[in-house]
Amino acid sequence: MLDFLLAAAAFVLAMVALGLFRILRGPTEADRMMAVQLLGSGGIAGLLLAGSARIPATVDVALTLALLAAFASIAFVMSAAGETER
Amino acid sequence: MKAALDIASVLAISAGAFFFLAGTVALLRFPDTLSRLHALTKADNLGLGLVVVGLLPRAGGVSAGLKLLCIWLLALLAGATVSQLIARTVQTRDVRS
Amino acid sequence: MIAALNIGVAALVLALALFTIVARESFAACVGFLAYGLLLTLVWVQLQGLDVALIEGAVGGGLTGVLVIGAAVRLRSTQAAADAVRLGMPARMLAVLLSGGVAAAMAACVLALPDPAPTLAPQVSASMAATGVANPVTAVLLAFRAMDTLLEAIVLVLALIGVWSLAPDRVWGGRPALGYDVDPDGILAYVARILPPIGIVAGIYIFWAGADHPGGKFQGATILAAMWLLAMRAGLTDAPPVDRKWLRLALVAGPAAFFAIGLAGTVTAGAFLAYPDGYAKVLILAIEWALLPSLALTLFLLMAGAPQRMSAP
Repeated sequence: MLDFLLAAAAFVLAMVALGLFRILRGPTEADRMMAVQLLGSGGIAGLLLAGSARIPATVDVALTLALLAAFASIAFVMSAAGETER
Repeated sequence: MKAALDIASVLAISAGAFFFLAGTVALLRFPDTLSRLHALTKADNLGLGLVVVGLLPRAGGVSAGLKLLCIWLLALLAGATVSQLIARTVQTRDVRS
Repeated sequence: MIAALNIGVAALVLALALFTIVARESFAACVGFLAYGLLLTLVWVQLQGLDVALIEGAVGGGLTGVLVIGAAVRLRSTQAAADAVRLGMPARMLAVLLSGGVAAAMAACVLALPDPAPTLAPQVSASMAATGVANPVTAVLLAFRAMDTLLEAIVLVLALIGVWSLAPDRVWGGRPALGYDVDPDGILAYVARILPPIGIVAGIYIFWAGADHPGGKFQGATILAAMWLLAMRAGLTDAPPVDRKWLRLALVAGPAAFFAIGLAGTVTAGAFLAYPDGYAKVLILAIEWALLPSLALTLFLLMAGAPQRMSAP
């Protein structure tokens, strides 16, 4: 079971790596902003799969990441759309 | 009972991994930003949800399980919000340019 | 299996680092850096440093991301000028050689460590019972090396003063950041109403869990500061003017309480920042509770930036 979880974590992270490769190449800024969202879902999945089997406190780390990935993405969009500042 | 739970976990996590694969394939193949954004948000968040469901039987107690669900809901909230905001950015840029 | 996973993660992190260096646009480099920080969290978990992983996720994902992206957006208009003054090849080769040399030297030092590496962990485990906390990182930070933590808290306040000093004279003491023109019915305002309550609960939980599990005041304060920043950016609340007395008192209250407890230690236990027998857990809790609001306020103000407008009289 542990081996399966680690293999699943490696697979998900490979997917994240492929996605990052494509996103970071993306021509527009909006493309690149998606990188944080990709990591927010894929990265958290990989973290949970790799860690929670062996270290229970990984869930706390994933919770912090989920909260702050949301925040970082929002800050991203707010900054990039700087024209909305008064 | 334990074996049944293990099999359920394996199935759910495999389904989640499949959705991650689908999302990444879409990222690599879709032609423009908005469709890539759509694929990323929907498929990857569903993949995360299935992974969380698969990990729930292995969580150590009710509070850990609740934390896992919380993580998924937060990721959903973030994904929904950010995809809307990014799409709006793309649209205003297109309109202006 | 674990080794394969670790090698994969390490390769991905290195690839991201390389991308960050060679990216031509600052925005792309900033995104790469942010992604690199988020993946480093996974590395820390694999190395079983959970407290560091929490900090990396919180600060690297939240704080640093906001600061770096904000800077990249501000510098967008200067991108053309920056491109025009690209360094010549000799200067860049020299930079590569120097950085590579430093990295190689550090790698050699780490690889040359005796096995098992010299460590104070056994002494910490042996003495931890006296401090009353079960998380060894908290014991080290707030009992054995409390001096470092005190100095860090003070340094943060000094950094904040440094950031404030960037304000133009005419707005000294004003409110940080421009006002944000945000649709009050829009999705940003919606999420800024939903996320902060969850974030506050999560932040206080991670702070509270720091006594016995990975966590602590710094991680909790980062989450609280990020939630406040979100509410401010969505237009739900405004940043306070930095010349208010309550703000300045709140900023120094935490480090001052820490310092006072340290001074009291010279009388009751014979050394600065020594804890008398049996009172260690109480004092550690007092220090943490005093530092949490100050730290959250400091981090929030650091992210909000230098004052940019005077508040209405």
